[in-house]
Amino acid sequence: MSERASVPKEEDETEPETEQEPVTTGAQSVIRALENAGTDYVFGVQGGAIMPVYDALYDSDINHVTMAHEQGASHAADAYGIVTGDPGVCFATSGPGATNLVTGIADANMDSDPVIALTGQVPTEFVGNDAFQETDTVGITQPITKESYFAADSDTVGDDVSEAFALADAGRQGPTLVDLPKDVTQGETEVEPGAPETPETYEVPEEADDENVQEAAEALAEADRPVILSGGGVIKANASSALREFAKEYEIPVITTMPGIGSFPEDHELSLEWAGMHGTGYANMAITNTDCMLAIGTRFDDRLTGGVDSFAPDAEVIHVDIDPAEISKNVYADYPLIGDAREVLRQLFDAMPRVPDADEWRDQCQVWKDEYPMDYDTPDDEPLKPQYVVEKFSDVTPDDTIVCTGVGQHQMWASQFWEYTEPRTWVSSHGLGTMGYGVPAAIGAKLAAPDQEVVCFDGDGSFLMTVQGLSVAVREQLDITYVVLNNEAVGMVRQWQDGFYEGRRMASEYPWIPQFDKLAEAFGARGFTLESYENVEETIQEARDYDGPSVIDAHIDPGENVFPMVPSGGDNGQFALNEDHLDMI
Amino acid sequence: MPGPAPDERMRPKGRRNTQGIRVDPEAEVTHEPRQAVLSALVKHRPGVLSEVSALFSRRQFNIESLTVGPTVDDDTARMTILIEEPEPGIDQAKKQLRKLVPVISVRELEGEAVRRELALVKVSGEKPDDVNAVADMYNGQAVDASTDSVTVEITGSKQKIDAAIEAFKQFDVQEIVRTGAAALERGPKTLEKDV
Ligand SMILES: Cc1ncc(C[n+]2csc(CCOP(=O)(O)OP(=O)(O)O)c2C)c(N)n1
Ligand SMILES: [Mg+2]
Repeated sequence: MSERASVPKEEDETEPETEQEPVTTGAQSVIRALENAGTDYVFGVQGGAIMPVYDALYDSDINHVTMAHEQGASHAADAYGIVTGDPGVCFATSGPGATNLVTGIADANMDSDPVIALTGQVPTEFVGNDAFQETDTVGITQPITKESYFAADSDTVGDDVSEAFALADAGRQGPTLVDLPKDVTQGETEVEPGAPETPETYEVPEEADDENVQEAAEALAEADRPVILSGGGVIKANASSALREFAKEYEIPVITTMPGIGSFPEDHELSLEWAGMHGTGYANMAITNTDCMLAIGTRFDDRLTGGVDSFAPDAEVIHVDIDPAEISKNVYADYPLIGDAREVLRQLFDAMPRVPDADEWRDQCQVWKDEYPMDYDTPDDEPLKPQYVVEKFSDVTPDDTIVCTGVGQHQMWASQFWEYTEPRTWVSSHGLGTMGYGVPAAIGAKLAAPDQEVVCFDGDGSFLMTVQGLSVAVREQLDITYVVLNNEAVGMVRQWQDGFYEGRRMASEYPWIPQFDKLAEAFGARGFTLESYENVEETIQEARDYDGPSVIDAHIDPGENVFPMVPSGGDNGQFALNEDHLDMI
Repeated sequence: MPGPAPDERMRPKGRRNTQGIRVDPEAEVTHEPRQAVLSALVKHRPGVLSEVSALFSRRQFNIESLTVGPTVDDDTARMTILIEEPEPGIDQAKKQLRKLVPVISVRELEGEAVRRELALVKVSGEKPDDVNAVADMYNGQAVDASTDSVTVEITGSKQKIDAAIEAFKQFDVQEIVRTGAAALERGPKTLEKDV
């Protein structure tokens, strides 16, 4: 059971198990494999090579959401996977359908999100002939999946799908793909797919070695300046409650990574929020000055570490990860603990000899909170500040509200100025940094959690990349509020140009921006415009009240920048709090 | 508003090296690249070779040779991979290899493992007797001869083959092909059973 903020009411548990028809084709066994794995939703787009699979879906109880673009299908599946904890499923046809999925697959791979992609392929006898809509889908996706399968036979194609499903979910989650030649799905078979099982060569560690745990616990208890760095793996492992118990019992300040947002409540005294390029000053000070870091489920991405030479330079690192290849990949682990985050946290909880004697350090962390507060000015005579919009929205929504984003400045403001307290409520594109993630991700998130409010903060640039997804949100009557923090620019690029390219704003400003409220109305959604501070609360309320997708086109200060900022490859302790600081470091 | 500017903030003295290892001022650790022979048992199925070679190129592991061939079991193949990397890189390569689904097991062979490579060298046929004499010196043999050319086969360690090729250069080498290393652990140890 995943640690969702709120779990939907009993799902058809009372419904009697209906007798299933035996399968007769490869396609039916593909669908049967998905049914057996508990699939509720599939996101996809039709096409020639995948038609037999869709035909088999006709008779299934699985819901299909027809997307406007396959990129949206893979992002929606990704968000569905993040929110539910179970693999999200997407379909596409061969050739362009499959290549359109690629961005979402790569995104899921970078963020370890559980996704299974099923792609149509030309019939086996045409493979290699450059047939119509033939692409080497397995070849293209092999490096960006846990495994890509080429289905060879109607009798085994169901097993391929079962295995791919299990693999996407097992251990360190991630995307898998099964390429389905049309003759294989069309071909006759009576073979029912087996239960979802991971391949025999795939091992999933559970508990960490006891002796190592003991040594790590001693080191942490001995520390003068201990911190916990909680990564996305904590959420993926449903270890957020274990983390909370551990941190509170041993009174250790908690920093999260961006994907780890929500693993620890940001309103708790021990929380320093998140560290990295645009992380809080206090998190970055703590991460720089700690002498012992318990890092859990993080791959020490460079946006988190800055330059490794100056990353936590005094710290002994205890690294908990389910993937042995992450240990000492970017940052050397003095105490490697390979295992499931929840299990290892329990082991550590029992092994800790005492609360670390670190009162002074805890006080210091509070001092940094006072020294580097996350605040901003809202002068009346200046355009609307994006931070204000995010904060106002956060104030009025329930704790379990899910926030999705595009990529850019707006994403950073949404992560900085919204207060996250629950796991699986922050749905964003981290490792790949995919503009356009927001619109379809919100669709996947809303279907995954129909009882939770879903808000998507998007940028004008990101929104335009996948805006066609609004047609899906309208058709499916999804109650999502999109807030476009509109700075008429690809603002993050503009910020870098101003900071590091002498203000030479090449291809970063959009003087041709459409009216997003009108665009929303054209799609059949509700459109709103925000120009000033006056009606922010009221507009938010109206958009939330509207039962269906709405878009708030918030015209924000085009000159606003994201701070704090650690320049790329820099020292986390040397963050800039304003433009002038950027010149100093 | 905000507290101390960047240049006024407290900063620890420590540092890490490029491999993320804390630099101990007393005894700085640096890892020089070294050669390692990795032996991997893999599922014998289409795409495995490209999966493994793509992994090595994508992660920028410095690879010298990669050979693949069947084993006693029809379902498995064995790959022998020579890489040159500093210690952490070798460790990463092993771990990344193990993560690939078709990879069954991976081991680094010890220094004294049996390592053999085969080379075919085609040289001018003008002085067949001299060619044979050099081939003898390296325990090689002529496997094909025509009026214009002689092809010699040599097996052995990389160093031996390098030396042989050097020696053959006097006969106008026309073509060379080398297999890359195949290697097995000495003694009863195998990849399946760690004895
Ligand atoms: C698909 C894609 N293309 C390009 C980029 C590079 N990029 C990163 S942030 C950014 C600006 C995004 O603009 P917008 O969505 O308006 O967000 P803002 O920064 O203005 O809030 C760009 C172009 C990217 N991350 N993804
Ligand atoms: Mg913008």
